[in-house]
Amino acid sequence: MFFTSDEFLTVAAALNTGFVKTLQLFFVTLIGALPLGLIISFGSMSRFTPLRFLTKALVWVIRGTPLILQIIIIYYVPGIMKLFTWGGGETGRFTAVSVAFIINYAFYFSEIYRGGIQGVPIGQQEAGEVLGMTPSQIFFKVKLLQMVKRIVPPMSNEVITLVKDTSLARVIALQEVIWMGESFMKGNQGYAGLIWPLFFTAVYYLIFSGIVTVLLTMLEKKLEFFR
Amino acid sequence: MALLEVKNIEKNFGETKVLRDISFELEAGQALAIIGSSGSGKTTLLRCLNFLETPDSGSILVNGERLFDAADPRTMRDSEIRKKRLHFGLVFQSFNLFPQYTALENVTLARKLLAKEEPDFKSRKKEIFDRIDAEGMELLTKMGLKDRAGHYPHQLSGGQQQRVAIARALELRPDIVCFDEPTSALDPELTGEVLKVIRSLAEQHTTMIIVTHEMAFARDVADQVIFMDEGIIVEQGDPREVIDHPKEERTRQFLARYAEG
Repeated sequence: MFFTSDEFLTVAAALNTGFVKTLQLFFVTLIGALPLGLIISFGSMSRFTPLRFLTKALVWVIRGTPLILQIIIIYYVPGIMKLFTWGGGETGRFTAVSVAFIINYAFYFSEIYRGGIQGVPIGQQEAGEVLGMTPSQIFFKVKLLQMVKRIVPPMSNEVITLVKDTSLARVIALQEVIWMGESFMKGNQGYAGLIWPLFFTAVYYLIFSGIVTVLLTMLEKKLEFFR
Repeated sequence: MALLEVKNIEKNFGETKVLRDISFELEAGQALAIIGSSGSGKTTLLRCLNFLETPDSGSILVNGERLFDAADPRTMRDSEIRKKRLHFGLVFQSFNLFPQYTALENVTLARKLLAKEEPDFKSRKKEIFDRIDAEGMELLTKMGLKDRAGHYPHQLSGGQQQRVAIARALELRPDIVCFDEPTSALDPELTGEVLKVIRSLAEQHTTMIIVTHEMAFARDVADQVIFMDEGIIVEQGDPREVIDHPKEERTRQFLARYAEG
């Protein structure tokens, strides 16, 4: 039986370890980029023109260049320029790649937040004002939920993309699930020339993105009680 | 003394003079209709009264209290404006109900938030909220919406939404209720139910300012009519005088265009 063979059990254990790394990167990116993106969105809507232009220029650069390039630059350049190093080994790689992902996704999220915030009609703000609400009451009691409702569908797309983008960390040899799968082809885990583990990594992504899709769809449904 | 005194209000948007030397008074319990073509400054005037726009000069007094004076920056502090604007209620052309709240929650939300500022709120929370809910229900009942209290705005027709919006404005018991073209966003067959509600408010001597294009309604309901054109008050007085026997050429032209439809 193949699924009880030593080969399968060894590969599965390695892929599991790799996928834990994938999940760590996924959640670290969300935890960092969701709040950071909101702060950046305030910058891109600032009435202070220099700040607004600076933010928009950064959005252009970060969205206009490949994430894989950003990972390479963030990981290697500080060391080459003798500024600082990320530390050796897997921990250093994980830190560097997390920083790259958080920055990249925060700028994408900031544009989604901006769309959500600016999409709430001005009449909602004015109705709150006329009823004597404070600015914070208007934000939290009137506008926030309407923003969230607008943000969820585009945010879902980005989050699903993030599930798969985590594999880009492989470029600096972070030992995530794809790296693990490849290793059995290359022969540095006791087995060489195995191709199936690489295909098998797809199962992990499909299951995980499936779960994420179901959760986000549930959230979208929950917000359908108003329009 | 008049309840509302508006003195020499001016408002510019860049080079455009939107309001020029607007002055009028309104007695308690009276209804004032403001008519005029689009762009005549009617809506801007209402927005100035509700502190959504800041006049460049002039002053606004309610019950003799100087709420706004362009010459006195102290009257423009945000913290004070928040309290002062409660003298006025505003019903928007596009309703602007809060979509995530039911009809009743729309009506009571602001009152409940204000109640939190009362010193004995914590100990009497339930009692206070129950009272506010009861008053909100009473208002919705008056609007003929008793059975719609638990509906969300998207489940209501335009006419029902606007009646919820009227209840929401009344819930804060403003001295003066302002209506900004309350039926302009409605299908013709739905204007009647909203006008009926406003008419009954007039019969109960609610002090009101109504910006409207419904001439027949203005003539019936208003105690006073102002005709505005290009930011100035061209003519004002008794509705039967201004609408049926206008003295000014511009008023005649405007009403003639209306009669043609």
